[in-house]
Formats: sequence, structure tokens, C-alpha cells
Amino acid sequence: MGAIRARDTRDALDLPRPALTRMHLEAAHVPAGYLLEVRHISKSYPGVAALEDVSVQVGKGTVHALIGENGAGKSTLMKIIAGIVTADAGEVRLAGRTLTLGDPRRALESGIAMIHQELNLMPSMTVAENIWIGREPLKALGMIDHRELHRRTHLLLERLQIDLAPEAEVRSLSIAGRQMVEIAKALSYESQLLIMDEPTSALGEHDTAHLFAIIRELTSQGKAVLYITHRMDELEEIADEVTVLRDGRYIGTERPGNLTREQIIRMMVGRELTQASPHGRAAPGAVRLAARALTLRPHFHDVSFELHAGEILGVAGLIGAGRSKLAEALFGVTPASSGHIWIDGAEVRVDSPGTAVACGMALLTEDRKETGCLLTLDVLENLAIAALNRDFVRFGFVRGPAVTQACADMSRRLRVKTPSLREPIAYLSGGNQQKVLIGRWLLTGPRILILDEPTRGIDVGAKAEIHQLIAQLAAQGAAVLMVSSELPEILAVSHRIMVMQEGAVTGVLERAHADQEKIMALAAH
Amino acid sequence: MQQTVTSPPVRPERRWPPEASILLVLLGLALLFELLGWMFLRQSFLLNEQRLVIMILQVSVIGIIAIGVTQVIITGGIDLSSGSVVALTAMVAASLAQSTDAVHPVYPSLIDLPVVVPVAAGLAVGAAAGLLNGSLIARTSIPPFIATLGVMVSARGLAKWYTRGQPVSLLTDAYANIGSGAVPVVIFLATALIFHIALRYTRYGKFTYAIGSNPHAARVSGINVPRHLLAVYTIAGVLSGLAGIVTSARAESGQAGMGMMYELDAIAAAVIGGASLAGGVGRITGTVIGTLILGVVTSGFTFLRVDAYYQEIVKGGIIVAAVIADQYRRRARDPRAVS
Repeated sequence: MGAIRARDTRDALDLPRPALTRMHLEAAHVPAGYLLEVRHISKSYPGVAALEDVSVQVGKGTVHALIGENGAGKSTLMKIIAGIVTADAGEVRLAGRTLTLGDPRRALESGIAMIHQELNLMPSMTVAENIWIGREPLKALGMIDHRELHRRTHLLLERLQIDLAPEAEVRSLSIAGRQMVEIAKALSYESQLLIMDEPTSALGEHDTAHLFAIIRELTSQGKAVLYITHRMDELEEIADEVTVLRDGRYIGTERPGNLTREQIIRMMVGRELTQASPHGRAAPGAVRLAARALTLRPHFHDVSFELHAGEILGVAGLIGAGRSKLAEALFGVTPASSGHIWIDGAEVRVDSPGTAVACGMALLTEDRKETGCLLTLDVLENLAIAALNRDFVRFGFVRGPAVTQACADMSRRLRVKTPSLREPIAYLSGGNQQKVLIGRWLLTGPRILILDEPTRGIDVGAKAEIHQLIAQLAAQGAAVLMVSSELPEILAVSHRIMVMQEGAVTGVLERAHADQEKIMALAAH
Repeated sequence: MQQTVTSPPVRPERRWPPEASILLVLLGLALLFELLGWMFLRQSFLLNEQRLVIMILQVSVIGIIAIGVTQVIITGGIDLSSGSVVALTAMVAASLAQSTDAVHPVYPSLIDLPVVVPVAAGLAVGAAAGLLNGSLIARTSIPPFIATLGVMVSARGLAKWYTRGQPVSLLTDAYANIGSGAVPVVIFLATALIFHIALRYTRYGKFTYAIGSNPHAARVSGINVPRHLLAVYTIAGVLSGLAGIVTSARAESGQAGMGMMYELDAIAAAVIGGASLAGGVGRITGTVIGTLILGVVTSGFTFLRVDAYYQEIVKGGIIVAAVIADQYRRRARDPRAVS
């Protein structure tokens, strides 16, 4: 491998090489053989401490897994190491040398490569072009030497035992194939540390085994892998050490063999379960929304449930479990391909959001900015838009004073903090934008509320207000389906909890019998 | 959580409407030409009734088109077919408006028809073209640029094919009256008023802005986005048809080469008037001012006897400047886009 590397990549390419070479020379002085040392890293975003004083060491030739709940800070830590995000405090040392943080290019040149969960390849270009983009071998006059490009790619892929043609277009590859291209690309930089963010989430068993074989090969050469995963069963198979993060804090590092699955879950979830539900069990009303065998492959399949008037059904699961797609299917955004939906006992075909709104449903989408806010418009217009579909219009004309009055009342009820209703919604804080979007739906008088991550990315105060509002709406008879990735939120707000894993419902728990461990056991693999 | 949140006032302290800055540009340009006029020609630019009338007359047709195009741009789309639709409408309407004096009428049995026939036919042709644009965009996933580019080319071809390239002339007096005197200006301003009201005070208008601002959010809010786009493009087509009627009435003939590049002038008027090509932003008042700016520039250069070449060069510069200004406005609107 070393010979190929020297001949093919560096010398031919005239790559900046000093960083690596010097590190190899200094490696002898590194204490305890740590390749990567993360020391006292802290990072906060407005209103949220994403990481607090986190330290992690990764030994040479090892696979170090990083686990934690959604939002525990894993991805932020990875991004800091890869130079994509700048830390507020702390340092990262690679082979004893302190890295300049916050510069992805420098991190790459120093020997750290990251494979993102969302793959960053150009679909219309070939495998070879993707791997060597910006570093193509050139002939005279700046022409790309395609023969050399393909030869080099061929050698690289052969070394990794990846069976792909250098000239294949990336768009023709499966997800697994693209993942392999990303790995090859990362290794073409001669990286010492490879960061993988849930690399197996889209892979089948066979491809996963191949990936693990590649990882073992790499570690046998002294390279290290930092590996984010949600899958418990992978830990023992591939990881030498496991570090658990929770709420941005370092919880502990252990060898996977020394821990039971239950112990790991407890480390991840951690909190004392004192967050008692702020509400009693609502008197169960009539079944308002029922679903049977809803299927939309590959997102979810055979989902059946009943949602009663006055009930809050929490939907828990890991990212990618199909919860948001289920919410969208119920609302007709991307209708299910098969299955049945009943509203108040009558079967309905919800084929578009317009139908759903007409049926008295409301959907608060997961992504406030992408699918919620009308960013060029003001608070009033954002509040009114859904209700205009049903009320507030006479002969096509909007009843201005009535709309303004209703929006002012709603804004007051939800305590939206805005200088005026004519303020552009883009100027509001995330929490206030979210309140406006909830208000948009409340103005339609919905009987079924589907809330997808209703408090994502908003501050603690607004979060508590929204939780109270949800409970209040249910108490007034609304049926609420709430998707949330935050277990404390699920436990604090829901009457019942439906857990999904890889597109299937794995269990429904009564709030009284549910705790974080039980939910995680149903949600994780 | 503060408990002392009062009901927000509906209106904050009075802000300048977004059109104010464009109006200043219009006035500034007019005064500039006035000044240059006194400096080089010792005449007034503005104090000349005839010139002002001609100026507004010349841009009325562009203005009528621009009112439709503004609505399309607010939805985040574009309409390149307007100029060709003007030509096609002019041909069809003129062919049904020929008088007994016509030597070789297109339809010898259909001469001296009441004026309502060619007008209705012209509007129907415009509506059909708009409906085609709208269906292509709403029912397939091709971008508006491509759909309307196709219709632009085909409509021009249809206009030429209609009489094998021959102009249609000798029209009835009643038809020619549509283009005479201040009638085109009245049509322009009346259309502007109607759609100003439609955009500001009707559900149609609110949905138009919502779709342009965030099509996904609009759809999730229950708006039937394809149906609405169909309506917007059809309205734009009808207005292009109206512009074609006015053009042929003014020229007292229909010619396949009419309306050449009008689509670009109309887009320019809308963009200069503050409509954002990214969608969700734009007003009819701004478009009217934008149209007048184009008129002042053309008329001012003619007044100063500057070569037509320079006119086009400067017009291009103004369009680009307007789009750059739009970029700055958009960045100011979304603070996160900067950092």
C-alpha cells in the first residue's frame, strides 16, 4: 500500500505532503500511542450548549465508537474534529500535534477525513472524477490525463477490494456503492483518521460486512476510525472502545465487551425519571383517527394505530425510522402507497394536504424554514395562510379586519414576541416562528393535530410553553400525534407512546409503563 | 418567560413602502434628462405634453404584459412567451377585424364583424397560450423557463404560419379605436388597478405570494399549488393577448413580427419595480413605476438624440442594477443568509 501511495498519489500529483511526513516522524514521541486526542472541547449555539468540556482519546489502529441519543452532541463533535465547525474552547491533537480548528481543508491535509451521512458526491460525474476532484492528474496545457486518472482509481479501488468501475457514473450506483466511493475518496487523501457518521444506516447486511472488512484492513495498517452509530449490535462487532455522550457531556468510555446493552442504554439516557407527566390521563374519547396497514416503502410499512379525541400519541424512534414520512403520509404530502385511514369512523383517502385540511387535520412540519415559514412574508400573512383556505374570504376577497383581529388574538394567545404583526417572520426567533406556525394551524380549528418535532431547535422557555399548549389542546378535545426525537419530551407530553424502528411499529406503550430504557430498547436495533 | 407580553400592534411605526426607492429613481432619471435637455438642447424634457403622452403610450403595451409577468414572477416562475403571444393574438384578432375595404381578407366571409368578436378571440388565444404554459409547468416538472421558452418559439411560428407571413391590414374603425388616443393608457392603468387589488386584497393574491415564498409550505397549508399556477399563467396569457389586441389596433394591422423581445422588457419592468426572481416578492405599483422608468429612458435618449445602440446598452445596465439591488434586499431580509 505504501509503495502505491508514494508513486501514485503524492509524487505524481505534487500534493502538499509535509504535514503527513512530519507527523510520521514525530509519532515516536506520542505518549500512549494515541492518534487523536480531543481535549476539553466546548461548543454552544445560541441558547443551547451543544458540547461541554468533552475529551476523547482514540488509539492508533483502533475503532472508536461514539454513541448517544439524537442531539447528544455526536455530530457536533465530529464536525469540530473535521474542521467544519469551530469549537468555542478546547483543542484537537492528531499524533501529538495541535490542529488548527475550523478549517476543513487543513484537517483533510493533516490526515483527517470525514464521511458524511448525507453523501457529498456529484451524481453526474464518474467514480474516478469524484474521488480525485480538484486533484486530477494533468497533461500539458492543463488537460486532464484520463488514462492516469483511471489507472490510479483502479489501483485505489483494488487495494480496498471495492468492486467498482472507475468510469461508472455515480448516479448509477447504489447507496452502498456511493458509500464505497466516499470511503475511497477519503482514503485517497492518505488520511490517518477516518470519521464515519452512521455509515451503515443505509447499508444491507452484505455491504455492512464488506465495510467492516475494509475498516479492519485499515486499522491493521495503524489507521484509526471514529465511528458514530445508533446500532447497539454493531458495537461489539466492530468497536474497540465506546464513548457515550449525553446532552453534550462526556459520560464515559468503555470496551464494548465490558458493558451490557442495558448499561449502554442507561448511560445514553441517564436522567432520573423525575419528569413526571404534567397531566392526567385524559378521558379516552372516541377514535378520531385510525390507520391500518399504511405502507410507503422504503420509508414505513404496515403501520396501524388508533388516535382518540383528547389523546396525545407520541411517536418515538431514531432518525430514519420513518416517523416523519408517516406524518407526511397521514397528511397527504406524500400519500401512502397502500393502507387505510379513517377519520371519525369514516374512511377517507387523503391524497393531498388540501384534502387533509378539509378533513380537519393540521401538520406542523419538521423543518421550520424549509417547509413551514413563508420567509418573504410577515407574521400576519404567515398566520392567516392556512385559514384562508376555509374562512375569512367572501367572494374571493379576504376579509381584512376579521383576519387581522383573529391573527392578533392568536398571536396574543400564543404569546408570540414580535414588534408587530407586520414584522417579517424571518426576523423572529426560532421559538416565535414555531408559535406562528402553530397559530397558523389553530386558526383553522383543527380536530387532528400532527406535530413533527414541535420543539426542535427552540429555547427551553418556548419549549415549555408549547408543551403546555399541546396538553391544553388535547384537553379541549383535539387528537394529537406528536413525533419527537427527544425522549424526555415524548415522556412528558404523551398519553401513549408508539415506537418505530426501520419503518415498522415495534411497540405501543402506555405512559404509565413507559420509560426511556424501554423506548430505546424498542427503537434501537 | 415574561408574562407581560401585550398584544402586538398591527402596524409598526410607519415604514417607507418598498416602491419609494424606485419612485425616487424614476424622478431622478426624469430630472436628469430635464437637466441634460437644458444643458444641450435648451428645451424642457418634462414640460412637453406630446412627449409625455407618447412616452406612456409606448410603454403601455409593455406595462400590460408586465402586470401578468409580475404575478408569474411572484410565484417564483417566469414567462418568456409574452412577446410571441402578442404576435399570435395580433394576427388572429386582426384577421377577424378586417373591414370591407380589405383587398384579400383572411376570411372573406367574416368581414365587418362587431368589435367584440376579434377582442374575444384575441383574449381566448392569449388564455389558451397561458393555459398551455400553466399546464406544462403545473402538471409536469419542467421548469417555467423551459416551458415558456417552448411556447415562445411555437407561438411565433404559429403567428407566421397563420397567414404564411403576410400582414393582416385594413381593419374596422371600431377595432382601430382600441389603439387610438389615450385608450391604451387607460387599459394599462385599469388593468394595473384590477390586479393591484387582486394581489393585495383577495385570496388569489395571498396564495400567489405564499406559493412564491415557499411552495412546499404553501402546499402543506392546503393550497392546491398546481391549480393556482394554472390560474396565474392563464391570467398572464390573457394579458399578453390584451397587449396583442392593443398593439394590432394601434398599428391597424397584424404582423407576425410584432412584440419581438417584449417579454424581456416586461420582465425588466417587473424586476426594476422590485419583483424578486426568487419568488414571493413583487407589487403591481412597483411594476407600473418600473414600466415608466423604461419609458423615461427610451424617451429621454430619443429626446437627447442619442443613438439607439446606447439606449439598449444603458437599458441592460439598469436591469442588472435592479437585480443586484434585489440581491441586497434579499440578504437584508434573511439575516442568516449573510453570516
